Amino acid sequence: MSEKTISEAIHDALRDEMARDRRVVMLGEDVGFKGGVFKITEGLQQEFGEYRSFDTPIAEVAIAGIAIGAAMSGLRPVAEMQFADYSLPAYDQIVNEAATIRYRSNGMWGVPVVFRSPFGAGVHGGLYHSQSVEAAFCHIPGLKVVIPSSPYDAKGLMLAAIRDPDPVMFYEHKKLYRRVREEVPDGDYTVPLGVAKVQREGTTLSVITYGIGVYWALEAARTVATEGISVEVLDLRTLAPMDHDAIAATVAKTGKVLVLHEDNKTMGIGAEIAAFLSEQCFDSLDAPIARIGAADCHIPYSAEQENAIIPNPQIVTDMVRKLAAY
Amino acid sequence: MSSLAATPTALGDLTGDDLLRMYRTMVTARLLADRFWILSRQGKTHFVITSQGHEAAQVGSTSALVRGVDYVYTYYRSMSVALTMGFTPYDLLLSVLGKRDDPYSGGRQLPNHPSSKTWRMPTGSSSIATHIPHAVGSAYAARVLGEEYVSVAYFGEGATSKGDFHEAASIASIHKLPVIFFCENNHYAISVPERLEIPAGGVAARAAGYAMRGVRIDGLDPVAVFHATKEAREIALNGGGPTLIEAECVRLVAHSSDDNDRYRTSEMLDALKPFDPVARTRARVIEHGLITEDADTAMRATITADLRKALEEAEAAPAADPDEARRHLFAEDHEA
Repeated sequence: MSEKTISEAIHDALRDEMARDRRVVMLGEDVGFKGGVFKITEGLQQEFGEYRSFDTPIAEVAIAGIAIGAAMSGLRPVAEMQFADYSLPAYDQIVNEAATIRYRSNGMWGVPVVFRSPFGAGVHGGLYHSQSVEAAFCHIPGLKVVIPSSPYDAKGLMLAAIRDPDPVMFYEHKKLYRRVREEVPDGDYTVPLGVAKVQREGTTLSVITYGIGVYWALEAARTVATEGISVEVLDLRTLAPMDHDAIAATVAKTGKVLVLHEDNKTMGIGAEIAAFLSEQCFDSLDAPIARIGAADCHIPYSAEQENAIIPNPQIVTDMVRKLAAY
Repeated sequence: MSSLAATPTALGDLTGDDLLRMYRTMVTARLLADRFWILSRQGKTHFVITSQGHEAAQVGSTSALVRGVDYVYTYYRSMSVALTMGFTPYDLLLSVLGKRDDPYSGGRQLPNHPSSKTWRMPTGSSSIATHIPHAVGSAYAARVLGEEYVSVAYFGEGATSKGDFHEAASIASIHKLPVIFFCENNHYAISVPERLEIPAGGVAARAAGYAMRGVRIDGLDPVAVFHATKEAREIALNGGGPTLIEAECVRLVAHSSDDNDRYRTSEMLDALKPFDPVARTRARVIEHGLITEDADTAMRATITADLRKALEEAEAAPAADPDEARRHLFAEDHEA
């Protein structure tokens, strides 16, 4: 047990699983000798060899496609898309192939691949190193989508994702990689996919969020605590399948919901959660569902413009106060 | 059709019985395909897509593989591959009719998209060329796990226009992975002729760009195809890397039941008749005394009768169950 960042925790999960299971391989651009542009696969090629931590050309279609074929031939590949923005050339392979193979073969073939990507804004990466793409993949039957917010969860969810028999999209927020440290067990443990976690208990209202939104919500919760507003923060951790029981439980407790994410607002995860609440939890609601997401816009490079697009703790705090007063 | 030899390739280590067996599979594929088109016109199937003109390329190549050892990635025109691997006409009819017991997909996937776990035939997509990187993935797995097999991807020349092909070929060659890229060049991507698909020199010439072995062969001669595939397999297993095989053939019918083929005149279709691989192989086996004309006629009658019986059984087989329509999106407990 020692304090780890999210990037260290994910690295440890990958390293431990490669040592435990010789079927586990890494592939992607710069994952091998360099160890990844964010050092997530650092040292793995040196320890496990050229092919188990495999440097590919800049060819996302092949990275995804080779991972799929390798998975159907007995491997457990972890395919890195260097930035979530660059997973889109492989969208066809992931959506039309990985997601359909078990279904279209009547359960005969499976694709146990983890497609992992750094994602998210706030690091001045401009249009092509800042995107949140999770909603596009959550819409696809046959895919699981995971977004950890803490080091403990990151390791446990990654180990669960690699051992999952089906394709898992695993998104790692760039701004969180080294932002927090917490105690992470050295040994083997998993955090089950599809289970949300209450990160802070509260009674006035619930913020349902994931990824970096958890930190914005916790900051807002601390700010308003002295004002007699008690905020519950539900961290979804897995977006697909979504933990509907946990969502229903928190709204039954507080009666008011703010859905929060960094991804832009329209047609996003928040819309789906709001629809679920109105369909299944209407009797629990005491206020209109509030929703915060980025502006429906691309992510610009300059800090001033980027800050104008993506949400922040102040915006969340203001909305929490408004919702509490309703 | 520059690759088409004036005289057929010598049998080499193939016996007359081997050739006769291949010929019989080709005839079965042809007669079954003709039956599929009748079913389509009768409105008994939603969709057919067949391999008339590709029989020699498919049967000859698949006969050179080791079943259950090599990975075989097919495409939607691979019905002769499926029959060579061991699927029966009844199996293929269940697929065409979308029946519950369709062995490929339980009625989910379009007809003629083979899949078999036992014979290492991963399920095929309808998207063009997407399976080519998968085949490279299987070869990569052989490298990681230290297993000895080749991985074969079948595709048409149309697939070589896609990035999937390029990315996969490039990586396979860099690492000398044991892959056979088997292209059946029928010179049409639905309606688009080869001259509008490939800048110059056919498909095999593309191999040079990947520092890969490329061979263009007579895809109407199952013996030539067999030997080229066998050689590519041995080279791949001996660390010599992948081969791009371009088997020139013809598409004697429309692309699929949803294509009217009006972009080809009747004169153009008539001009293809001398290139019919089944007719050519028939002439060869009769000429070499492997079968008499009477015996050939009798064999076709037997196959036709068997197909009629298989069709009756397939039509009577249980329909796909709508309650099962949402199954298999994810692994069930026993599959995890």
